[in-house]
Amino acid sequence: MSDFISKITSNQPIFDDNDPQDELITLNIGPTHPATHGVFQNVVQIDGERIVSGVSTIGYIHRAFEKIAEHRPFYQITPLTDRLNYCSAPINNMGWHMTVEKLLKIEIPKRVQYMRIIVMELARIADHIICNGILGVDTGAFSGFLYVMQEREFIYEIFEEICGARLTTNIGRIGGFERDFNAVAFDKIREFLKRYPPVLKEFEEMFVRNRIFIERTSGVAAVSAEEALDYSWSGPILRATGVDYDVRVQNPYCSYEEFDFEVPVGTTGDVYDRFMVRNEEMWQSLRIIEQALEKIEKEPKGVFHAEVPDFYLPPKEQVYTNMEALIYHFKIVMGEVDTPKAEVYHSVEGANGELGFYLIHDGGRSPYRLHFRRPSFVNYQMFAPMSAGMLISDAIINMSSLNVIAGELDA
Amino acid sequence: MESSFLLEKLQGNFPAKIVEIPDAHNLLTILVDAEDIIDVLRFLKSDPELQFIHLTDITAVHFPHLEKEYAVVYHAHSLIHNIRIRVKVFLFGPNPEIPTATVVWKGANWMERETYDFFGVNFIGHPDLRRILNVDDMEVFPMRKEYPLEDPNRVDKKDLYFGR
Repeated sequence: MSDFISKITSNQPIFDDNDPQDELITLNIGPTHPATHGVFQNVVQIDGERIVSGVSTIGYIHRAFEKIAEHRPFYQITPLTDRLNYCSAPINNMGWHMTVEKLLKIEIPKRVQYMRIIVMELARIADHIICNGILGVDTGAFSGFLYVMQEREFIYEIFEEICGARLTTNIGRIGGFERDFNAVAFDKIREFLKRYPPVLKEFEEMFVRNRIFIERTSGVAAVSAEEALDYSWSGPILRATGVDYDVRVQNPYCSYEEFDFEVPVGTTGDVYDRFMVRNEEMWQSLRIIEQALEKIEKEPKGVFHAEVPDFYLPPKEQVYTNMEALIYHFKIVMGEVDTPKAEVYHSVEGANGELGFYLIHDGGRSPYRLHFRRPSFVNYQMFAPMSAGMLISDAIINMSSLNVIAGELDA
Repeated sequence: MESSFLLEKLQGNFPAKIVEIPDAHNLLTILVDAEDIIDVLRFLKSDPELQFIHLTDITAVHFPHLEKEYAVVYHAHSLIHNIRIRVKVFLFGPNPEIPTATVVWKGANWMERETYDFFGVNFIGHPDLRRILNVDDMEVFPMRKEYPLEDPNRVDKKDLYFGR
């Protein structure tokens, strides 16, 4: 007995090699585990609290979107993109519309581009609210999440005003929007710009200098810039490592080059930096929305789509009374319009990183091949290798700071 | 950096092995043989003048009407010079094989697993080439064109009936 006590007091291991306590335990995290925030599985081997190795299994909500897309005309693919990253569906919708517009070489009026920017930045804020709020919950602070959730609800109200839907928005059309933003929508966007900053300020004050939060996140899952690039990371988590790659700046779309905003970068690439980058991106998104509202004022009123009757559905009431509108309606719905044979790669800055659409078109009614470059899928592959040696509790907050959305993971 | 400079540099380093495919949207697209692909990708990544450090995407396309049925498509991005490149490799079916790009970028791992899962492209030397999104005991490669999505007897979606 005295030997046992002396071992403990001198920090010696109290079990020898033949004891069963040395065996590794296999633990399933997922497929339906509250910590994964989505349907995917990690099988980890643990030694006490520490992860020795892990294997990620994904594909639980694979819906074969790429195959389905080969059988759908362009405008019917938009609802599929909703279901990729469903926390920021408008960005996916816009990315898809822009891909098709690039293929068809459609020029979009400035006012429509600014409207798109407003919608995309609102969606980015909604997505970052989820990610940072949940990160707070996973580190043990529930109330911050509730403060900002209310504002996400308000963003969804704006989407509802614009397109009638909240989560899977199917917002906009090829060539523009299905209708103009109404006065209520503009009022709500302005109200959001007023009411959100104090809430975000309160939220960030709750975390940024919070000792518990810093100790739980600082230095956890730190990734170097070289490693992140080697694993093809993109988006806020790549920027947290110090690489200033943002598609909005590198390959501007929708006139992002006219806007004055900053790309926040981190230094160490740990969970705390990722939180800070997302937090600052929300402030920058607010700036962008403000500028976009100003710019819209200067544009001719009432323009909400490009004049492309071959691809943009005519107003429904005209379809029943106007011969030309009926013909266009029929041609678009039946996929009768001639389209160029070409290949297009277009990417937008999604909330999680570079969301790319690789479209091969052979002139038929539907794409010959459509591939989604999904940031969650590419980012998540590093999770299992980087978890080795980590505590389980650290791996959990690492997972929530990667912001893996199951829909985008599996497509 | 201009894409013409990039093409010249590639053709200078790999004489008679790089063919340019014209692209309507000014993304430099080159055609490479399967045995040269890793050398070309490695050159793209490590050459100090090019630095294609970011692998954007790997995927495949099935062209059943071509002699070489499968195309593996790489998209890479030089973040420093902000230029993108698309590299294509055509492969014979029905069991296409190509060396793995995981030796160049670690991020190629899951992209290649996905490509294998859907097209059956065998990436030689891949550390863990298993199915990723589909179930393990699936026997077919579902994105190949011979596997129909819907009832193949449906005629309401055939181009033939729409004057094409």
